[in-house]
Amino acid sequence: MIKAILIFNNHGKPRLSKFYEHYSEDTEQQIIRETFHLVSKRDENVCNFLEGGMLIGGSDNKLIYRHYATLYFVFCVDSSESELGILDLIQVFVETLDKCFENVCELDLIFHVDKVHHILSEMVMGGMVLETNMNEIITHVDAQNKMEKSEAGIAGAPARAVSAVKNMNLPEIPKNINIGDISIKVPNLPSFK
Amino acid sequence: MALKIVKGSIDRMFDKNLQDLVRGIRNHKEDEAKYISTCIDEIKQELKQDNIAVKANAVCKLTYLQMLGYDVSWAAFNIVEVMSSSKFTYKVSCSQLQLQSVDAVLITTIINSVSLPLVTQDLSSPNQYDTGVALTGLSCFVTPDLARDLASDIMTLMSHTKPYIRKKAVLIMYKVFLKYPESLRPAFPRLKEKLEDPDPGVQSAAVNVICELARRNPKNYLSLAPLFFKLMTSSTNNWVLIKIIKLFGALTPLEPRLGKKLIEPLTNLIHRALDLLYGMVSKKNLMEIVKKLMLHVDKAEGTTYRDELLTKIIDICSQSNYQYITNFEWYISILVELTRLEGTRHGHLIASQMLDVAIRVKAIRVFAVAQMATLLDNGHLLTGNMQRNGICEVLYAAAWICGEFSEHLEDPMQTLEAMLRPKVATLPGHIQAVYVQNAAKLFATVLRKQEGTTDSLAAQETSQLLIDRLPLFVQSANLEVQERASCILQLVKYIQKLQQKEVEVAEEVTALFAGELNPVAPKAQKKVPVPDGLDLDAWINEPPSESESEDEKPKAIFTKEEPKHTRPRHTEVDEKELARRREARKQEQANNPFYIKTSPSSQKVYQDQPGVEHIPVVQIDLSVPLKVPGMPMSDQYLKLEEERRQKERSERKKKEKKKKREKHGRGRRADSGPESEEDITPAHHVDIVTEEMPEVCWVLLQWPLTDNEKLPVRTHRPAEAVKSPVEAGNGESATPEPKKKKEKKKDKERKVDLSSLTVYLTLFFSHIVYDVQGNLQDGSQVVVSVIFENKTDHFLKSMEFNVLDSLNSKLQRPEGSSPHDGLAVPFQLPPGVSNEARFVFSVQSIVMPQKLKGTLTFIVKTEDASTHEKLDFKLHFTCTSYLITTPCYSDAYAKLLESGELKSSSLKLEGVIMPFHHLLARICFHHHFSVVERIDSCASMYSRSIQGHHVCLLVKTVSTQRVPCLEWMSSILESTR
Repeated sequence: MIKAILIFNNHGKPRLSKFYEHYSEDTEQQIIRETFHLVSKRDENVCNFLEGGMLIGGSDNKLIYRHYATLYFVFCVDSSESELGILDLIQVFVETLDKCFENVCELDLIFHVDKVHHILSEMVMGGMVLETNMNEIITHVDAQNKMEKSEAGIAGAPARAVSAVKNMNLPEIPKNINIGDISIKVPNLPSFK
Repeated sequence: MALKIVKGSIDRMFDKNLQDLVRGIRNHKEDEAKYISTCIDEIKQELKQDNIAVKANAVCKLTYLQMLGYDVSWAAFNIVEVMSSSKFTYKVSCSQLQLQSVDAVLITTIINSVSLPLVTQDLSSPNQYDTGVALTGLSCFVTPDLARDLASDIMTLMSHTKPYIRKKAVLIMYKVFLKYPESLRPAFPRLKEKLEDPDPGVQSAAVNVICELARRNPKNYLSLAPLFFKLMTSSTNNWVLIKIIKLFGALTPLEPRLGKKLIEPLTNLIHRALDLLYGMVSKKNLMEIVKKLMLHVDKAEGTTYRDELLTKIIDICSQSNYQYITNFEWYISILVELTRLEGTRHGHLIASQMLDVAIRVKAIRVFAVAQMATLLDNGHLLTGNMQRNGICEVLYAAAWICGEFSEHLEDPMQTLEAMLRPKVATLPGHIQAVYVQNAAKLFATVLRKQEGTTDSLAAQETSQLLIDRLPLFVQSANLEVQERASCILQLVKYIQKLQQKEVEVAEEVTALFAGELNPVAPKAQKKVPVPDGLDLDAWINEPPSESESEDEKPKAIFTKEEPKHTRPRHTEVDEKELARRREARKQEQANNPFYIKTSPSSQKVYQDQPGVEHIPVVQIDLSVPLKVPGMPMSDQYLKLEEERRQKERSERKKKEKKKKREKHGRGRRADSGPESEEDITPAHHVDIVTEEMPEVCWVLLQWPLTDNEKLPVRTHRPAEAVKSPVEAGNGESATPEPKKKKEKKKDKERKVDLSSLTVYLTLFFSHIVYDVQGNLQDGSQVVVSVIFENKTDHFLKSMEFNVLDSLNSKLQRPEGSSPHDGLAVPFQLPPGVSNEARFVFSVQSIVMPQKLKGTLTFIVKTEDASTHEKLDFKLHFTCTSYLITTPCYSDAYAKLLESGELKSSSLKLEGVIMPFHHLLARICFHHHFSVVERIDSCASMYSRSIQGHHVCLLVKTVSTQRVPCLEWMSSILESTR
C-alpha cells in the first residue's frame, strides 16, 4: 500500500500532498517536514530508498524518492511494495506530468495542483496502484478534461476570460516573488524531467 | 430568476478561484496566516450560497488549504453536497479532498446518510467518468456502513463493460473488504476471475488486491499459486511481475514445493538484473560489486545459478579489455577464489582468464606465478571429484603459467615435484600434456639454478626425478601426453648422461624454451608496413583454370580433396573432351539447386575469375522444381551423391571410349580399367588408419586392445617399444593377392542392410540393448539407438541417460547444458515393456575404439514407495561402428587396391568352426562390410567409414585347417587443409 505521496521543493515547501491514511492536519505537516528533512540531506548519488520516518508507520515503512531539478517526489509505502516498482512509478508519474503540461516545471505544479491531483488519481487510488501505463493514464485524463470543458460551456466562458486575463500577468508575478523565494528560478524555467 | 443567474455568474467572475488563491498566498509572504484566514472566511461565505458552482470553487480551494495544513473538517457537509452535484467538474474537486479527515466525530453519520444515495446514484451513471470519480471519492471515505451497503453494487461494477470501471471497482473492493470483511467470501470468486481479465489494467488491479490480501493471510491464497505462476510466466507487465513475486515470497514458506517451481522463472528475472550490472560497473565500484557477487556465489544453492554468477563476474571484470580493473592482483585472487567452487563447469573460462591476464599483464606475473604454484601444490583438492569437475581446467592454466614464467618461481623444485605427482595421471589428457611440457620448462629453470650453485649432485637428482616420474606419462593413453613425455624423457636421459660427464647443460636446456611470449594487439598486423616490392594482390601461383576448379566443386561437397592431385590427370584430356565435359557440368549445375551452396572458399575462387557467365546465380534454371523444403537433409545428400555417381559413371563410359583410342599407346595398364579411378574419386589421397584387427571378426570382439594391434605410424611410443609387429605383418601381407582377383562379376555384389554391432547387457532392473550407427550426414556423428526393456515388475520412470564424455567422443546434449548433464529418456517404462531412444554422439577420431562409461538413473515405482536406482553400463564404440555399408564395384575395388595407397595387415584366426558363408554374413551384419566378390572360400569385402576411409578386407580359409585368414587394408583420406 502507498501511504502518502508528497511533492515538495528544495526548501521543503509542499507542492502536493496526498495521504491515503488518515492523519490530522498537524501530523500531516509534521510528516512533510520530517520527510523533507530525511530526504534533503542525502547526496545525489546515494540510494533512492530509505527507511521511513517515525511518524508514518515506523519500520515497516519505506520512503522512495526521486529528485528532479527543484522538486522532490516522495512516496511513502509499506513493505508490500517493491522499491524498484515504486521508483518506476515515480518516473511514470513525472513523464505523465511532462506530457500533460508540456515541459512541466515547478510553477505548473503550484498553479495547477488540481490537475496534478487528477493525474495522480488516475494512477493511484486509495493507496493502490491503479494504472502504470502512461498512454492509458493520459487517455483518461484528456477525456475528463474535455468533459469538464464541455460542461462549463457558456456559463464558464466569463470565468475563463477573467482567469485568462489574470494569467497574462503570471510570468511577472513569480519574478517579484523571486526576490524572497530563491527556489523558483524564473528566467529560464528548467524542466525538471 | 434569469437575472439571478446572470448575477450569480457575474459574481463568480470576481470570486477567487484556486489560482487566485495560490497567487494571493504567494503575494502575502509576510502575513500568510492572516491572508488565509480571510480567504477561509470568503470560502465560508461562498459555501452558504445557493450556486453550486460557487460551492464547488470553494471546495476546490479548501483542497489546497488542506494541503497547507489547515483544518477543513468543518466543511464536510458542503463537500458531500458538492459531491452530489450532477456536474462532473465539481465532483472531481471533491474527490481530491481527503474527506476521511472529516470522518471523525458526529459528521460520520451525516456522511453515511447523505452520501449513500448520492454515491449509489453516481455508481450507476452512464458516463464512465462519473462512475469513476464516485469510486475514487469512495476510496477516500469508505466507512463500514458504506462498505456494507455498497458491496453488492461494487461487485456488479467489477463486471462492467468498461475496463476503466472494472479496474477501479476491483481496487475499491480491497477497501470494502477491510471495512466489511464479510464481503470477502462472496466476492472472492469474481475477484479471482479478474485475474484472467482480458484487460491488463484490470488484471494488474486484481493482482494488487490479492497481493494485499495475501499479505494478511497467505494461507488462504495458496490455491491461487498455479494461476499466479501462469501469470508470472506470461505477463509482460513489470508491475504485475513484481507484485506476484512479492506474493510468492509470502506463499513459499507455506508450500515448499513452490520454491522449486519458481527457480526457473526467477533466475530468468535475476539474469536480467545481472545483465544490468554489466553496464553499471566503473573503476570505482567494480571491486565492491564483485565482492557482493562473490557473497552471492557463496550463498547460491543451485550450481546453475552459481555458474551464472561466475560467468557474470568474469564478464564484468574482463569487459572492454579489463578496462575497469585497477588492480590485477585482486583479479587473480578472485579467479583463484573462484576455483574453490565445487562442480562448476566453467573451469576453462577461469583458466583462459588466468592465462590471458598472466600473459598480458607483465607486472602481475610474479604474483600470478606464486598463486598458480599454490594451486598446483593443492591440485588434489581440485581434482577430488572427477565426475562433475570442470574446475580441473584451471590446472591447465596454472601449469602453463608456472612453466612459462618459471623464473619468477620462489621454489621451482617444489612446483616441479608437484607437477610430477602420480595423481596428475588422473587429469584429463590435454592437461597432462601441458603438465609434461611445462615440467620440462621448470626442469630447465631448476637446472640453471642448481648449476649456478655448483651443486652438481642436486642437478643430477633433479634429472633422476624426471626419469623416475616421466614413464608414468609415457604410458598414457593420450597421444599428446605420450608423445611429449617420451620425447622429454629421452631428452632428460641424454642430459643425465652429459651431467655424469660433468658437462654444464643448463644453458642449452634453457635455450630449448627461450624467447619471451609477448602479447600482440589484435590489430598489430596492420601496423607492420608492407615491404617494398611485395604486392599482396598479385598471384603467387596463377589461379587454376576455370574448368578445373569447376570440376572439383560438386565433389567438394562430400570429400575434401586437394586439387593438386587431380590436375595432372587433366593433361591427358584433349580440348574436345574438355569442352564436352564442361557442357555436361553446366547442365548439372543448372539442375542442381545446391550448386550455390558449395564451400565459401571455392566460391571465392569463382569471384576471382573473369568469366561472368560462370557466376552460379545466373545459371539457376527456375523451371527446375526445387526440392521440398521439409525433406530431411540426409535424403538430399543421398540424392546428390547418387546424382554424382551417375554422372561419374556416364563420364567414365565416355572416357573409356576415349581411352580405348589411346590404349595402345599407353600399354598394358589399360586393362586394369583406368575408369575405376573415377569411380572412387575420394581415394586420391591415402594415408594410414590405425585400425584394430580383432574388431574385424566377431569372435574376437572381447579381445582387449594390445599394442601390436595398432599400426605404428600414428601412435607414439617409447623408442624401445617400436619393434612393431605390424611391420612383420606387412611383409607377409600379400598385397598382390587381391590384385589377382580382378576378373570380377558384378552380380556377385551384395548389399547388406545397414545395421551394426549389438551387444546385450542384461541388467538388474532393466535391459538395455544398443546399436551404434554412423550418421551419413555428418562424418563426426554416430547415432546410438538404445532399447530399454523393463524386465522388472515395477514401473520405471524419470530415466536419465548420461555418459562420461571422453576427449574423443561426446554425447550431444541440448545447447546450454553442461557436459555432465544427463539426457532425459523421453518415455517411461511399464513392466515388461521396451522402447527405443536415440542419442547422438559426436566423435573426433574414428580410428580408435572407444569405451564410454555411463549411468542410467531412474525411479522404480513400487506400490508403496519409489526408489532411486542407478545402473552403470559401458558403450563400446568399435572402429567398425563407424563403418557404413557401402557397395563397391569390383573394378573400383581393384583400382583401389592397385593404387597402393592402402596400408595393409593380416591376421590368422584359429578355432573358427562356423561355415564360411556364416562368417561372411556375420562380418557383413555386425561390421557393415559388403562382399565385393566371393570365390569358394575366399572373399573380398569392402566398407567405408563415415569420414570416407576405405576399408578393404580379404577373408579366406586356409585350405586344410579351415582357418580363416583375414587380410585387411584401409585408407584414410587426408583432409585437404
